[in-house]
Amino acid sequence: MKKLLLVLSLVLMLVPLAGGQDMEHEPWSCPEGYEGQTLSIFNWSTYIAMDTVPNFEEACGVTVNYDIYESNESMLARIRQGNPGYDIVVPSGSTVQRMSEEMLLVPLDLDMIPNVANLIPDLMGQAYDPDNTYSLPYQWGTVGLGYSTEAFPDGITSWDQVWDHDGSVAWLDDRQAMFGVAHILLGQDPNSTDPDEINAARDFLVERGGNVVAVAADDGQVLLERGEVDVAIEYNGDISQIIAECECEDYAYAIPEEGSNVWIDNLSIPVDAPNPELAMVFIDYILDAKVGADLTNYIAYASPNQASIESGFIDEEILNDPAIFPPEEQLANLFSIIDVGAEAEELYNNAWDELLILLGQ
Amino acid sequence: MSERIRSMRRNGTFLALPTTLWLLVFFVLPLVIVLVVSFMSRGRGGVAIMPLTIGHYQRTFGIFSIILWRSIGLAAMTTVVCLLAGYPLAFFISTRRSRLFQQITLFLVILPFWTNFLIRTYAWRILLGDEGAINGVLISLGLISEPLKMLNTQFAVLVGLVYGFLPFMVLPIYASVERFNFRYVDAAHDLGANDVRAFVRVVLPLTLPGVLAGCALVFIPSVGAFVTPDLLGGTKGLMIGNLINNQFGGSGNMPLGSALSIVMMAVVMLSLVIYLLANRRERGT
Repeated sequence: MKKLLLVLSLVLMLVPLAGGQDMEHEPWSCPEGYEGQTLSIFNWSTYIAMDTVPNFEEACGVTVNYDIYESNESMLARIRQGNPGYDIVVPSGSTVQRMSEEMLLVPLDLDMIPNVANLIPDLMGQAYDPDNTYSLPYQWGTVGLGYSTEAFPDGITSWDQVWDHDGSVAWLDDRQAMFGVAHILLGQDPNSTDPDEINAARDFLVERGGNVVAVAADDGQVLLERGEVDVAIEYNGDISQIIAECECEDYAYAIPEEGSNVWIDNLSIPVDAPNPELAMVFIDYILDAKVGADLTNYIAYASPNQASIESGFIDEEILNDPAIFPPEEQLANLFSIIDVGAEAEELYNNAWDELLILLGQ
Repeated sequence: MSERIRSMRRNGTFLALPTTLWLLVFFVLPLVIVLVVSFMSRGRGGVAIMPLTIGHYQRTFGIFSIILWRSIGLAAMTTVVCLLAGYPLAFFISTRRSRLFQQITLFLVILPFWTNFLIRTYAWRILLGDEGAINGVLISLGLISEPLKMLNTQFAVLVGLVYGFLPFMVLPIYASVERFNFRYVDAAHDLGANDVRAFVRVVLPLTLPGVLAGCALVFIPSVGAFVTPDLLGGTKGLMIGNLINNQFGGSGNMPLGSALSIVMMAVVMLSLVIYLLANRRERGT
């Protein structure tokens, strides 16, 4: 009996080991018939691993042209003038929406992209493309709280801890993200276009902004690092950067449990793409567990690929960093920003100016 | 009129033509565009579209007036502090006997210009911060136990503005005092005036052109300051320049930004008119 228990426990110990390494994963294989063809990719700068493209070229026997851009606007401008020959673009959420409204994207044929099953369900069907007709997630991140562990020894779990903090706070100069947070705390649609709701969100923020010393465009993490603020509402990437640089326990990142803003960059195919079939094959390749994990290991953004996460191919260091991968239970509370249209855009602008003015009163 | 003068006049007109054209194309025309845009509506992405509206001016004089008044107040305070600090300094420099000493001290006044304004203003963040140099010294001396809240306040903006614009006050006053003939002071004394009276009745009126020029040179750029409040003011020290800047970036509101700019220009013009009137009265008497 004792021997049986020993054997059993040994077996049980071995099971997670085998699962963790996933020796079974078959390398992605390219469908037949694309040899000699060409694919043109238009992606953000420094947003892919060194070997992602060469491995694809080898697997399919194709040639890849790779161009980079620095902002959604510059990419959008190029495609609007008439697609100069790109098969893949990587727009952020609200840009997907604008491009699809302007008929600048080709619907995806999910039958050609079986690896779509690998994606995290909570990141699918976002407000900017509810049926994933035009886009599939590439990499993603969140707006959350970078904080000093000295000021918050027990961590932060709620937005109330930010509003009520007796000390300096920095907010993020991202009007829709900030108003989105106020909207969800008020039980409103995070992308509300209702003037009364927008004004209510503004008043909500003004009331809770007494401790705000700066509304930081791009340097909330620097204010935190210098000790000018105890907590900064920031993009996770900026906070994970200072955590990585200091190699200390002084800073941490958290997403309040009420929820926050998520941004997702997406793989899409622009209209008039010369080779949309090969583009879909490439999307399928990116969504492979191993390819996606290699990508994330290199650029250190969160992967939307559940299979990559579960396969153990992603470095522990990155996977266990809450500033990169938020805890799974929080995914359901994240909201994405959509393009609210010209009229609501002006309402948000006005409310934002008023917020800035009243915060300093 | 001689032929020579007439030809010089012709040449003068001709030589002034490039500058006049330059001003027309790059100053008057843009100003007209800003004025027109300020009456247009906001379109997608912040651009100006039809129809015409006065809504942006209503907003400017509505909620934005809080910041407009704050900017005028901070600029006025900056001017007063610069005057109180700059006049004695300029007086001191211009009354030194040694020409070399004068030149060295003037050189020291201008020396900060050798370093980029942005960097010098940024340095104040390090000085004024909670964990900055000033709080560090005060705490280690035991004068205070909690750091003084200086950064991200209107005080920090005032310090930054005074620091940045002080030379613009010192230099014109120096020029005025330098030309002042000190035998007038002797004369005043001979006529029974004491030092204070001699200063108030003789020195000050005769150096007033320099004072007025200095005040204009400090007040005008201070009202529209943008870098200093951006770096030192945080939410509490926001000035009109920051709000105007916001309207022209990203998805701002160019017509609103134009209306704010026009109103700010009007404030500057008004202060210039006051300067000119004061100056003329000064010359007239």
